[in-house]
Amino acid sequence: MTTSVLFDAPGPRTVARHRVYTVISLVALTALIAFVVWTMYDTGQLEYELWEPFVTPEYVEYILVDGLLETLRMAFFSIIFAVVFGLVFGVAKLSDRAWVRWPAWLVVEFFRAVPVLLLMVFAFFLLAIGDGPLTSFWCVVIALTLYNGSVLAEVFRAGINAVPRGQAEAAYAVGMRKSQVMTSVLLPQAVKIMLPAIISQMVVALKDTSLGYYILAPGLTAVGKPIYLEFNNQVQVAIVITALYVAVNLVLTWIATKVQKRLVGEKSPLELSQVGNLDGGSNTA
Amino acid sequence: MDAVFSNFDEYLKAFGLTIGLFVVSGIASLVLGTILAVFRVGPVSVLNKAAAVYVTMFRNTPLLMIFVFIFIAMPVMGYNFKVVEDIEIAGYNVSAFFFRACLALTLYTSAFVCEAMRSGVNAVPLGQAEAGRAIGLTFAQSMNLVILPQAVRAVIPPMTSVLIALAKNTSVAAAFGLAEATATMRGFTNDNADQRIGIFLAFAVGYIIVVEVISLVSYGIERKVKVAR
Repeated sequence: MTTSVLFDAPGPRTVARHRVYTVISLVALTALIAFVVWTMYDTGQLEYELWEPFVTPEYVEYILVDGLLETLRMAFFSIIFAVVFGLVFGVAKLSDRAWVRWPAWLVVEFFRAVPVLLLMVFAFFLLAIGDGPLTSFWCVVIALTLYNGSVLAEVFRAGINAVPRGQAEAAYAVGMRKSQVMTSVLLPQAVKIMLPAIISQMVVALKDTSLGYYILAPGLTAVGKPIYLEFNNQVQVAIVITALYVAVNLVLTWIATKVQKRLVGEKSPLELSQVGNLDGGSNTA
Repeated sequence: MDAVFSNFDEYLKAFGLTIGLFVVSGIASLVLGTILAVFRVGPVSVLNKAAAVYVTMFRNTPLLMIFVFIFIAMPVMGYNFKVVEDIEIAGYNVSAFFFRACLALTLYTSAFVCEAMRSGVNAVPLGQAEAGRAIGLTFAQSMNLVILPQAVRAVIPPMTSVLIALAKNTSVAAAFGLAEATATMRGFTNDNADQRIGIFLAFAVGYIIVVEVISLVSYGIERKVKVAR
């Protein structure tokens, strides 16, 4: 703990006081949990038949196949496209030519500042509604690609900038072209630094697939409604679906930490400039 | 675009609601997030763990599911927060929808505020506190004169990101019957399908203005409190 240096080692009185705090907070937390459980019991939310769908094979299959799998597919496609989008625009933002750099900066800043849901609704009305060519599944993917791609463009830019300058200088000195420097010197080293950030962005993409709810896309949030309309078990559906999201996200976070430790060491992950950073396109180191 | 300009008061009202959601839940989550951060770095290990569990839970839950809990699941258990409609503050009373949306946004955002605070406190190099102790400052002195001034400065950039994310996240309330900007945009597009690109751009610009104002204010504060190190 960082602040421990602020205190002397706690003496007997402080230890006793901390013990009192511990007891008080334990009691308070237990009371809170007890209250929640009691409320659920009192309103009959713990009845077996309300939970039954989640141990019935057909419904479990419905939740896992039509829900979880669709959500994972949406997240998968969005993150793949987003990496491509981010790579193109991240490199474009580092271009030496202003006419490449500034449009790329504009696109990235635009899609980072606009809510994903607004993008989704727009994509839905533009491409899906009526006799549009795409399903709402792909509208979610498009919106998430644009948003996460723009965030990843910043990740790529920061990652490439984080490679020590001497690397690029050495590559130029041995006579490499600009594109060669980028593809065979900078990017391979940058990917290592960026991988944890990319995986954390996958968590964001996965969470945001839930927004497809508003444009009638498939996924975990969509499978809940038919179930609670049939069994009238809103609380249980919400708990189970949230648990699924949390479980998948925890697995992704765990992988990200592993990768981080393996490739970057204990250093903190990339620090990204916030949206609307005022020196956006200009810092081409 | 025409549809937006001929209904400009509706456009402004929609963004008014968006900003209202942002301000109320922003303040509430700063308060709750700070309390959580104190628990998180404080000496009582039970609170420490409880805050960690809270942060992990809420950071990994989609915001939409928190809205589902508060708007769909909790009324089933008898919590519909209709009580707040009876409370009157200076002639205005709050709708239960607004209150519930703010509650969901606050629960979600405070987890991120807690993490931002913690990273800010951790960003102060250990040597600073040691030096403070070494020249004989008391705990209160070294906290007030050495640690906190630096921590506050370090917190500004991550806190800005959190607040910008919150401003964008208010759009989720659209899916639960609040007529804020995204819902209004959807309504406009529904009525004027031929102008959908113009309508989208108009609302996107509105959001961009909100986001840019937040980041400009934070940039201003950051510059104002900046010190040479």
